[in-house]
Amino acid sequence: AEAAELRARLRAVRHTVLVLSGKGGVGKSTFSALLAHGLAADETKQVALLDIDICGPSIPKMMGLEGEQVHQSGSGWSPVYVEENLGVMSVGFLLSSPDDAVIWRGPKKNGLIKQFLRDVDWGEVDYLIVDTPPGTSDEHLSIVQYLSATHIDGAVIVTTPQEVSLQDVRKEINFCHKVKLPIIGVVENMSGFVCPKCKNESQIFPPTTGGAEKMCQNLNVSFLGKVPLDPQIGKSCDRGQSFLAEAPESPATLSYRNIIQRIQEYCEQRHLQEEKMM
Amino acid sequence: LAERTNLAGVRHILLVLSGKGGVGKSTLSTKLALALRSAGKKVGILDVDLCGPSIPRMLRVQDSAVHQCDSGWVPVFVGQDKAIALMSIGFLLERPDDAVVWRGPKKNALIKQFVTDVAWGDLDFLIVDTPPGTSDEHLSTVEALRPHQLLGAVLVTTPQ
Repeated sequence: AEAAELRARLRAVRHTVLVLSGKGGVGKSTFSALLAHGLAADETKQVALLDIDICGPSIPKMMGLEGEQVHQSGSGWSPVYVEENLGVMSVGFLLSSPDDAVIWRGPKKNGLIKQFLRDVDWGEVDYLIVDTPPGTSDEHLSIVQYLSATHIDGAVIVTTPQEVSLQDVRKEINFCHKVKLPIIGVVENMSGFVCPKCKNESQIFPPTTGGAEKMCQNLNVSFLGKVPLDPQIGKSCDRGQSFLAEAPESPATLSYRNIIQRIQEYCEQRHLQEEKMM
Repeated sequence: LAERTNLAGVRHILLVLSGKGGVGKSTLSTKLALALRSAGKKVGILDVDLCGPSIPRMLRVQDSAVHQCDSGWVPVFVGQDKAIALMSIGFLLERPDDAVVWRGPKKNALIKQFVTDVAWGDLDFLIVDTPPGTSDEHLSTVEALRPHQLLGAVLVTTPQ
């Protein structure tokens, strides 16, 4: 009966993309936020961003929605709208103060994630993007389990170039294989820094073992692209602004847009394949 | 009783925490251990990041295995003079790319074992490296360490 409830609620979601890592601090939330903004630039598309990082919800701040509250209506919880076609849900909106720690064990976290999927009135959604915390634990198992009520187009896995990150990301890739979650591809963030003054490129996080590109080759997983470090990215996140809008000329913006387009193409193609099969 | 024996010889226990991932907790834990060792202290590191154990690679012992003795698990000895004691789930994985896909209760059970069943011996400092967040691992680690005196926590962040 629970599965039926979830299925009903998620029936109107066309595409679902999970943003994963394994490693913390590599830019999952940043990427999720920009993916949402990028997709919502097309006003004909309805985009939903669900933040299931219960201990460290970054999405409210990054989307400029700190302090917003969730409202209930007859049809369920209402997401917080950034734009008419971009709705957001996060535990951040349920806290009475942004510094409140959510110190919950697995089962309670799972309960909230289920509620987010079951009780939020997303309406008709073209893209549901799910931002996750680092790791391969309760939140990840639960979201894959609950979303089996609908389909997940796939996972985008985010990393940085160094081996310490890749080592956790390989585990995440294995997690995806284990739970039969398709991998759309891997994004390498913080991939080089070009000085705006002297134009020299530095590797702040050197890819001592070949970076994400080599890892993808070895593991036969699609490599979606590299995004260079740009201090404006962190600033935009802190200020709750879309980096793509604030710095349209940055090489990082170009990279993000290319990657977003590839994700869109993947989702659309899958849809066409499914329609063909039916 | 075993619990008292295994941590009885540890003078100071300190936790390295953040909340945020990727800010340098494991890096700091490693450097702190090496610096204390240089200063002549006996040091141990307990890596309770079950999903993303970084310490073995940072100390170049990612291919090591752990053994059992009468009082429990024998830590892996690392560092230039092999005098830093390290325990991490990284050592228990069959393959380094194996994902530890466990829910809370199973993680809690292993952490309790890590705290009580490792034969640390006499240490001046035991540094406990944690994963990001405020969840199962953190609650279980603090609970399991409660009978012992905790020096305190070092919190790591980045500027943004």
